[in-house]
Amino acid sequence: MNASYLTSILIWLPIAGAVLIWLLPLSRYATGALALLISFAEVGFWIKQAAHFDFSQPGLQMSEQANWFGELGVSYHVGVYGFSLWLVGLTVVGMAACTGYGFWVGRERPRAYFGLMLLLTGATVGVFEAQDLLLFYAFFEAMLIPLYILIGVWGGARRTEATIKFVIYTMAGSLIMLAAIVAYGLKAGTFDLVDGPTSASRWLFLGFMLAFVIKAPLFPFHGWLPDAYREAPPEIAAVLSGVIAKAGLYGMLRIAITKFPDPTSYYRTTVLALAAAALVYGSLLAFRAPDFRGVVAYSSLAQSGLITLGLFAGTDLGFDGAVLQMVAHGLISISLFLIAGAVERRTTTGEFRLLGGMARGRPGLATLLMTVGVISLAVPGSASFAGEFLILAGVFQRHWWWAAIGAGAIVLAAMYMLRLISAVLHEARGSTVSDAALDLRPGELALVVPLVAGLLFLSAWPAGISHHSFFGPSPAAAVKSGFK
Amino acid sequence: MTLNTPYIDWFGLSPVLTLIGTAFAALLCAVLVPRAVRRIAAASISAIGFTAGIVLAVWLYVDSASGHTIAAGAYYRDRWTSLGQVIIFAVGLGTTLLAVEHVPGWGRDADHTRRDDHVTEFFALLLASAAGMAFFVGAANLITLFLSLEWFSIALYVMCAIDYDLEGSLEAGLKYLVVGSFGAATLLFGSALVYGATGTVSFEGIASAISSQGLTGDTFVVVGIALMVAGLGFKMSAAPFHMWTPDVYEGAPTTVTAWMSSATKVAALLLTFRVMTTAFPDNQHLWGWAFAIIATISLAIGNFAALVQKNVKRILAYSAIAQAGFMLIGLSTGSALGGRALMYYLIPYAASAFGTFAIVAARERELGVPVTLDNLAGFGWERPFLGVAMWFFVFGFAGLPLTGGFVGKFYVFAAAYDHGWVWLVIVGVLATLVSLYYYLGIVRAMYMRPATELVIAGGSPAPERLLQVAVGAAFVVAVGSLFAAEPLITLARHAASSLPF
Repeated sequence: MNASYLTSILIWLPIAGAVLIWLLPLSRYATGALALLISFAEVGFWIKQAAHFDFSQPGLQMSEQANWFGELGVSYHVGVYGFSLWLVGLTVVGMAACTGYGFWVGRERPRAYFGLMLLLTGATVGVFEAQDLLLFYAFFEAMLIPLYILIGVWGGARRTEATIKFVIYTMAGSLIMLAAIVAYGLKAGTFDLVDGPTSASRWLFLGFMLAFVIKAPLFPFHGWLPDAYREAPPEIAAVLSGVIAKAGLYGMLRIAITKFPDPTSYYRTTVLALAAAALVYGSLLAFRAPDFRGVVAYSSLAQSGLITLGLFAGTDLGFDGAVLQMVAHGLISISLFLIAGAVERRTTTGEFRLLGGMARGRPGLATLLMTVGVISLAVPGSASFAGEFLILAGVFQRHWWWAAIGAGAIVLAAMYMLRLISAVLHEARGSTVSDAALDLRPGELALVVPLVAGLLFLSAWPAGISHHSFFGPSPAAAVKSGFK
Repeated sequence: MTLNTPYIDWFGLSPVLTLIGTAFAALLCAVLVPRAVRRIAAASISAIGFTAGIVLAVWLYVDSASGHTIAAGAYYRDRWTSLGQVIIFAVGLGTTLLAVEHVPGWGRDADHTRRDDHVTEFFALLLASAAGMAFFVGAANLITLFLSLEWFSIALYVMCAIDYDLEGSLEAGLKYLVVGSFGAATLLFGSALVYGATGTVSFEGIASAISSQGLTGDTFVVVGIALMVAGLGFKMSAAPFHMWTPDVYEGAPTTVTAWMSSATKVAALLLTFRVMTTAFPDNQHLWGWAFAIIATISLAIGNFAALVQKNVKRILAYSAIAQAGFMLIGLSTGSALGGRALMYYLIPYAASAFGTFAIVAARERELGVPVTLDNLAGFGWERPFLGVAMWFFVFGFAGLPLTGGFVGKFYVFAAAYDHGWVWLVIVGVLATLVSLYYYLGIVRAMYMRPATELVIAGGSPAPERLLQVAVGAAFVVAVGSLFAAEPLITLARHAASSLPF
């Protein structure tokens, strides 16, 4: 494949853009425009990458490898598989929408802000493309730095506690993962993910999983989540739940499950139980949450649990559904957080008791929130229905009761999402909703509508992702063979 | 009676001799150069000295593929010495740039006839201490080890106290003198015991005496090693020999702190690794464990104590203790991998340690008061470049992939794992986690607190171009060492191959 340069460009273009923005003394407007231009260029490069991707070929595609420090077998090795291609796409599209949102609301200190957004884009794409454990770790950690500053500087009133909790939680997991990486790599003689052997060590598996379940997050490792999602600026909360959380789930698929087949089956029941707990617990909390962002935050916890159910089912349908649901939920939660941001800008609050009746005279807002909400509660025919159905079918093959728990939680999803819709759009007009509060402006529509269009497209053709994530007829076999 | 002088390889000693020569030249500026240009003349001589030293050390690195002792077995001419010298001299060059704008004498002396009275001494002492450190890393027997230790220590005592108008500076100098002398005495006592047991002062002679006479468990040797470990521990400010570090780092002029925290540590750690692996290879089970435990204590004390500090220099001082702990993990393995890890780690560490203190110096000059987390508020927005450099440095200390500190940390963990010490990796991981809190605290202070009402000393801040250049260079080295890990590790491998494994 001679299009392999695209893989590196997708990582380094935004990072170079960040440096450029920091160095050039551009005006507020020019800075935002440049950042947005780079995000769009990212989407363009990703489309080109997807066009060059050959779904009929197995193995890593568009890979690039360069020496980093060779004596320990560490290299700069990047490339994409089918499922990573979709997650890279989710990243670049989501980051473009969120960068656009930052531009639209006119964030203070634009050069710092947009530089960090681009840095975050590059690091996140790097996580999904890295094929070397240490490189993966480097990008995994690198995501944290811009997030820390973005939440800490532009976040809400209680941002300090939120950032400390967030960073300490995630670093606790990832530093343990670093120890596991050192142990795995030195034993294997290489840190390469493609060439590296599988391992039967349960300790190493747990080391990796800890980092991923905190990032995803799963019950009971979600302590950082409510604060971070509430205190972050809306577009950063969108990135967190839509994109960053997927890095944890991707890590489970790419590293924990693929490299540790025996420990995976040994701990399968435990992980499935945690995932089911996250699903039910998250859904219940979402139903009780008093505010817009709380509902979306806890529903993200529930969705992470659901996707983990699919991944650890270890069946064909489970893997297909998990990848589809990662992308679908990514788009849903980005849209919902951006809409939450739009509501908060108009009413200064996300609390349901102060909201209500916003549908009247605001058709754009009402239509979009309804559409996303309905897709998110997995109405038959929607993308997340396809994803959730595949996951539940997949996990049913493991044991029927997992599917039963999952199906029950989906009923809960309908309850909390309908509660959210009615609390914001319908019911009596809230005390903070003034008549002067406008409908979504064209700028906001231009950010959210493409995301919803993507969701509708996936609803029409879920096989676009679910049949194009793993090579061959059986995803489980592909995972077992290490995607060779 | 004829005195037989040994053959001297002058070229092998040339980096040290160059610095001694320029130290004298800088000192002469005090009497030969008019007051108005004295500062710049002494600084130029210092810069020339360090640049020449770097060139010669690089040349010697290239030319010393097969390491050997010179000057009658007193000094190693090998790559371990040369690479260490390059790092020390590079920090020295940076310190020179920093000192032009930041050594006492600027503006505080209203009396123009006294202006820059003592500035030349500063540069002379800087060059002299660098020469001492350069000799120290190459020391090949217990005599040169002790002499060069005292040589650079005495220069540092005076440098700490050079801002004699300030009580803190005097206090720092005195404290360092007292504690440092105690450390030196401990080292000397240990050396004497080792000499008494083995009958030789040369590192290689000690090793062969220990193995041929079966002295591994000899009381004198064991106690001697213990005392030497303690004495060297003082110099590298490893806990529990660290008590002086926060006070001295806080009290000394920040330029001196920048120099001490990076260069002294380079010299002390490199020499310690050499003396332990060369002179006591058979006792590795003893000193390996000793250093592993010292590393653990340093990581614990350094990180936990830093959590409660408010003064930024004290935070960085405790962070330096913790960083010594990380490097000691590599040292304690006593393996070739550990040696590479140590040598590599020192490169981004030296750059970052120097850079952080240089940035503190800039803020200190701006405010005219000690820098605390509170009055750091808003700094990142006011001085964007220094702010960005600062968060790169401190996140690098925390092992985030922004500087070579990330690769360094990975390497020392790899060395510990390779040695079979998984527990030490876990200790390192937990220590890193604790350290995050205060490193994040510095970034939070710079960016996320509303700027308080600040009294800016003396109007708008000076442009400080040289400081910016020095910080910029440190930034390039620190970040560059992440991307250029392979070539630097190759250098470190060649350097470590001069040691016996």
